[in-house]
Amino acid sequence: MSPSLKSEARWILVLRSSAVCSALLLLLILAFLCKESWPVLREKGLSAFIYPGAWSPREGEYSLLAMLMGTLSVTAGALLIATPLGLLTALCCNYYMPPRLASYLKRMLEILSGIPSVVYGFWGLTEIVPLVNRIHPPGASLLTGSIVLAIMVLPTLALMADASIVSVPTQAVKGAAALGLDTWGVFRSAVWPAARPGLMGAVLLATGRALGETMAVIMICGNIVQVPTSIFDPVRTLTANIALEMAYAMNFHRSALFVSGLLLAFCIAIIVSLASLVRPRHA
Amino acid sequence: MLRRTSSLQESLLRSSSWAAAAFVFGIFILIIGSMLWHGAGLLSWEFLTSEPLQSGRRGGIAPILVSTILILLVCMVTAVPLGLGTALLLSEYSSSKPSFGNFVRWCLDLLAGIPSIVFGLFGNAFFCKVLGLGFSILSGGLTLACMVLPILIRALEEGLRAIPQDYRRAAASLGLPRHATLWSILLPAAVPALMVGLILGLGRAIAETAALIFTSGYVDRMPESLMDSGRSLSVHIYDLSMNVSGGDKSAYASSLVLVALLFIINISASMLADRHLKSRLDLL
Repeated sequence: MSPSLKSEARWILVLRSSAVCSALLLLLILAFLCKESWPVLREKGLSAFIYPGAWSPREGEYSLLAMLMGTLSVTAGALLIATPLGLLTALCCNYYMPPRLASYLKRMLEILSGIPSVVYGFWGLTEIVPLVNRIHPPGASLLTGSIVLAIMVLPTLALMADASIVSVPTQAVKGAAALGLDTWGVFRSAVWPAARPGLMGAVLLATGRALGETMAVIMICGNIVQVPTSIFDPVRTLTANIALEMAYAMNFHRSALFVSGLLLAFCIAIIVSLASLVRPRHA
Repeated sequence: MLRRTSSLQESLLRSSSWAAAAFVFGIFILIIGSMLWHGAGLLSWEFLTSEPLQSGRRGGIAPILVSTILILLVCMVTAVPLGLGTALLLSEYSSSKPSFGNFVRWCLDLLAGIPSIVFGLFGNAFFCKVLGLGFSILSGGLTLACMVLPILIRALEEGLRAIPQDYRRAAASLGLPRHATLWSILLPAAVPALMVGLILGLGRAIAETAALIFTSGYVDRMPESLMDSGRSLSVHIYDLSMNVSGGDKSAYASSLVLVALLFIINISASMLADRHLKSRLDLL
């Protein structure tokens, strides 16, 4: 009795310490971001980063506003394109396509969702940028970034939307259909109310992914620090800025890049909290 | 009148959702097609087994493949034990203390959302600088391990939860201690699901670029130890397309190799999942 209890206690201790390690990882990351960004934050204050101004680390100007606008506008553009497409694709999978075709489409979406972002970026650079360049130079722009980012988040969005449509109780759907409603009516009255939390969760997760994307964006957005005034303007996002300048950044400059990392983590935290609010908690 | 507006919406919905599906299909063909079109010509056994020349414009990707595999190994060797332990605690032992389990889950959700470039920043500050590992395969692998941990845990936990409650009750009624139940009943029953989780984590790790640039570095020579800097396949694609003019062909061929690897990973995950499901159905 007692040796078995003892080994049970030891076993639980091992498991609990691994769980504590996993949870501590988050705190460790946040602590390091804070520690590394502290020097410049102490010297300049948080306001130097979010008030309008220039980003020229050499002169001691660290306004992230233009890049924050870049990040937000590219993300918004990507979601504007991807959300309707994703939802419609999921609808088509469930209500219009023959099941066999739908299963092929889903397999295709799975493959697409696994393609690395650097490949999407490279593809965008060689195929989409020249295309947009023909309409309005210079091609590498907010619009191109939004398009490629939309294509990138679309598969996951569609798959998650599909999962939440599938999880709507069959009785509700069949009941609505039995009342003589067509697909539009069934969707509006039975599917949408039941699937809405899942669909919103899917969109929020896509937002998080688009906000944090680096490689695709760095290759196709043009990387010029400016607040975009048209969709054909090149922009630089927060993530791209980190990846571009980290290689040679020293002292305050390096510290400022960690501040932008902290800012990104903060945005993501808000989105993840929102997502866990709308998503039904699984039992 | 009512009827007509409804049928108008209906046909709109129908046509637009077919259009969306066709768009997705078209994108798939375009991406895979352009990779095959530009990259397949260069692909050969020699490409896979020779050293890159002229910063990758010519030659192959052998050292890059080796670095990629080493980085993945380091990542998995670190992440799997930690992830499995956490998943076991969350699925089997957290019912007595739900608040602790929920706290861990919340941390992991947040961790899963953190952008990969931020993991890169952290890895650079912690593994490269504080632990003194420098730009090395070890730093890169450890950074990736932090990144895939939440995905791995989520998949492993779901695999463990999917085991029917009857297994646990039957073992308990036979008087087996819980850790013995875990070792000899639950873990073996969950192996296929665990493999699926592992493969998913692997897929995420192999696709990663941003977290690796400032941790495992750019060097494209054959690594001699884990402390050497090594360039992963994804970083190679990035470098070829951004910093090497005339590297597009090699970049396409490398992308093709990367996507083929991912495709194999994806197929084996879904085959395992199917077999897992089938064996469960046989039991019922």
